[in-house]
Amino acid sequence: MNKKETYKSLFCNPNWDYPTLEAADEVTERIGREYLKLKTYSNQIEIVTSEQMLDAYSLIGLPTSYPHWKFGKDFVMNQNNYSKGRMGLSYEMVINSNPCISYNMENNSTCMMLLVIAHACQGHNAFFANNYMFLDWTSADSIVDYMVFAREYIMACEEEWGEDEVEQVLDACHALMNHGVDRYKKPSKRSARQENERLRKLTSIRHENVNELWRTLPSLRQGVEESRKHKKFPQEPEENLLYFIEKFSPTLPDWKREIVRIVRKVAQYYYPQSATKVMNEGFASFVHYHIINKMYDEGWVNDGFMLEFIKSHSSVLYQPEYNSKYFSGLNPYTLGFNIFMDIKRICLDPTPEDRLWFPNLIGKHWLDEVHYAMENFRDDSFILQYLSPKVIRDMKIFAITDDESKKEYEINAIHNERGYKRIREQLSQQYDRANWVPNIQVTGLDLHATNKLTLTHSLYNDRKLEPEETRKTLEQLRSLWGFPVEILTRNKLGVNEQSFVCR
Amino acid sequence: MGNIVDRRKNNKGKSTGNRQKFLRRVEDQIKKAIPDIMSQESIKDAGTGGSVSVPIKGIDEPSFHHQPGSGRKYLVRPGNDRFNEGDRIPKPEGEGKGGGGRGKGSNSPEITQDEFTVVLSREEFLKYFFDDLALPNLLKKFMDSTYTFSYKRAGYTKDSVPSRLNIKSSFQQSLARQIALKGAYEKKLKALMLQLEGVAEEEERMLLEVEIEKVARQARTIPFFEDVDLRYNNFEQVPTPVTSAVMFCIMDVSGSMGQHEKDIAKRFFTLLYLFLTRQYKNVELVFIRHHTEAKEVDEEEFFNSRESGGTVVAPSLKLMHKIRRERYDDSWNVYCCQASDGDVWSREDAVNCRRLLRELILPSVQYMAYIEINRNSEGDLWQAYKEVCDEINFSMRRIQEVNQIWPVFRGLFRKRDELNAV
Repeated sequence: MNKKETYKSLFCNPNWDYPTLEAADEVTERIGREYLKLKTYSNQIEIVTSEQMLDAYSLIGLPTSYPHWKFGKDFVMNQNNYSKGRMGLSYEMVINSNPCISYNMENNSTCMMLLVIAHACQGHNAFFANNYMFLDWTSADSIVDYMVFAREYIMACEEEWGEDEVEQVLDACHALMNHGVDRYKKPSKRSARQENERLRKLTSIRHENVNELWRTLPSLRQGVEESRKHKKFPQEPEENLLYFIEKFSPTLPDWKREIVRIVRKVAQYYYPQSATKVMNEGFASFVHYHIINKMYDEGWVNDGFMLEFIKSHSSVLYQPEYNSKYFSGLNPYTLGFNIFMDIKRICLDPTPEDRLWFPNLIGKHWLDEVHYAMENFRDDSFILQYLSPKVIRDMKIFAITDDESKKEYEINAIHNERGYKRIREQLSQQYDRANWVPNIQVTGLDLHATNKLTLTHSLYNDRKLEPEETRKTLEQLRSLWGFPVEILTRNKLGVNEQSFVCR
Repeated sequence: MGNIVDRRKNNKGKSTGNRQKFLRRVEDQIKKAIPDIMSQESIKDAGTGGSVSVPIKGIDEPSFHHQPGSGRKYLVRPGNDRFNEGDRIPKPEGEGKGGGGRGKGSNSPEITQDEFTVVLSREEFLKYFFDDLALPNLLKKFMDSTYTFSYKRAGYTKDSVPSRLNIKSSFQQSLARQIALKGAYEKKLKALMLQLEGVAEEEERMLLEVEIEKVARQARTIPFFEDVDLRYNNFEQVPTPVTSAVMFCIMDVSGSMGQHEKDIAKRFFTLLYLFLTRQYKNVELVFIRHHTEAKEVDEEEFFNSRESGGTVVAPSLKLMHKIRRERYDDSWNVYCCQASDGDVWSREDAVNCRRLLRELILPSVQYMAYIEINRNSEGDLWQAYKEVCDEINFSMRRIQEVNQIWPVFRGLFRKRDELNAV
């Protein structure tokens, strides 16, 4: 029996075994590399039980984490839901690390195993390894080690300072976690040589442009200028609250600063995941769909296997309609998969409409374009760039406006000529972080008297802050900052609409 | 090629630590819920397995977020089947969080669960249940008083009573002694024989023969047992913890005790029972009920059958004392709890009870609790017992409603602890 026959008999046996997984890994990896040109991290496939999957759930997809009651709460909640049958567990969970760790449930059938290996170990893995968000904001090589460090550090703190104190710091940090994320790179520090060079240049420019006349100006103004400069701190608003606290909190002890840093790093690690949900799942589905079909074409699997695959595939991609009782928002798998498939279609078989909408894609190789899209976008930009009229039509997407001041919802776009663009913009906005994380920045710090910290919330679509929660969060911030804090909600005209103070 | 690892054999309790942390966080809520659970649930099987769910109010993980419903929201939905651009749909009535706020797209993480239940294992539940009660001092007291002494074999001794004679080792001693002595005589005999051969004179021969005769007789008559041979089994006193307790439940079932009073009494007994099962391996229950006469019954009958008539308390205490003497020796820890509405037939009966308590019961029990379920005033029995309430192992309380059981139960033990501290 040759290799293909052996593998085929393995894949078509619903009960998998160790050799089955090895074979699956080998075949999917080869197809991914040769056919889809995927560049991936090496894989580490772990078989886990449902209990272990619940553990993984509560650690939000990290192999280890520091101890905190929040994870315990999530665990209890998931366990309740799972044991009461309110929640199913996913077939796999994959971690953005190098090697790329994926957890596969032990009770998956062979077909499911192949599907999730293709999906996670090729699809997600390639996405982690190539998408700019992940490359810019996470370091897959070190995350596991960093979490081990974080765990040990926080346990050492518990030992030294008491669990309650550590818990309080962590609680406060978690409250601000959504605001502990850099969305734009900070300029890196100049090295000593660069700094010297800069100063030298500056001095020489001063020497060249010296003018005795300036000396005659009264020095008083200089003083005013100085003090005005001092009054304004920070000079630029800072949106990363945890970063600001870590760097500028006047009295925070070092060990607490390090904890703030740990939570900030974790928040940053999750940032790309939350910003690429549609793309990530869409791309992984695109990959598993192609790999399994290729396997069928090459004769690795039989018809029965394909039937099971198609059933699983279509239930993963099931999109209930808005008025179905199963509806819970747009299914990111479906949306992402449809868009990626449509990119391929446009490249291979464009219609006149596509030529109008996507002139860039016409005549290109579909795989290059899929790779380009996968590497260089995140959900909001991806949708804005690639959501095609055909996908909108196929999914019958429509847009609604819900205005607080009006008694009715308004349908402002449907899948017609006039609506495509608006739907595309509106959907893109829905995946914008600003849609669910209020835009809050540190705008002022009273360095002279009270050390009071002022945050400014800029209104987005006139959406106000939830008062109760805001007050509680502010208390947490106060405990971390150590001095009074206030938050002001400004509208476009700069007028205060809400304000909360915690003294 | 990837790396395939089978993690199924790894330990599963990765989240145990975090779960414990979470439980500690909601400890207050759990403790608050316990009296409710106790007064609602059937406590009859409280000591057996199973689990308890405690509802937990959503504990906050606050963060800055938008107020639902405020401002303008732009939603996108799939599966349009009837709408056209510009259509208006009335918002559902009572618009709060519902309607548009729900299902805001699966990438919005704002899923708040206000209330969910924590399922505690029976062990955990009992731990919370008793944590406050088993004050360290009290616990120590318990441990101290739950020791008794047992005798354990510890080698042999030369001096003891005949009944402990160890025949085997005594016989070994005897054999050894016999062999040793016999050898010595034999040697002597041999030497004498040699001497005899070398002697010619008659007179000297006679003397030697007498000597030989004497030694030979000695060799023949080595005693089978001598005092030095005897070995007796030795025993040492070893302290051993007592793992058994007996709990006497005495209840007044006269006509004046209604279902409500019985219910309260039952719950009280159950609580004490639970407490004891945690302390002792083996807890036996003896139910004594009384109206004009006292009778030992089983649990079913104790709580359920109806009786009427007057109340005489003293016989029940006598019966209890009798049962204790007959069935439970000193190795048992005896607990007694009595529930009554405080009515007694006559003053004399109450005085009798006090006397019995002081002379017979209290010296022999670990602890006695008396609860009076009385909605109005102090009963006669209460008045009588008051005089002994200073005794360390006695306490008494009054209960009116079901939900007072818990505090009273705590109070009972706390009182005892305070007394110990004095």
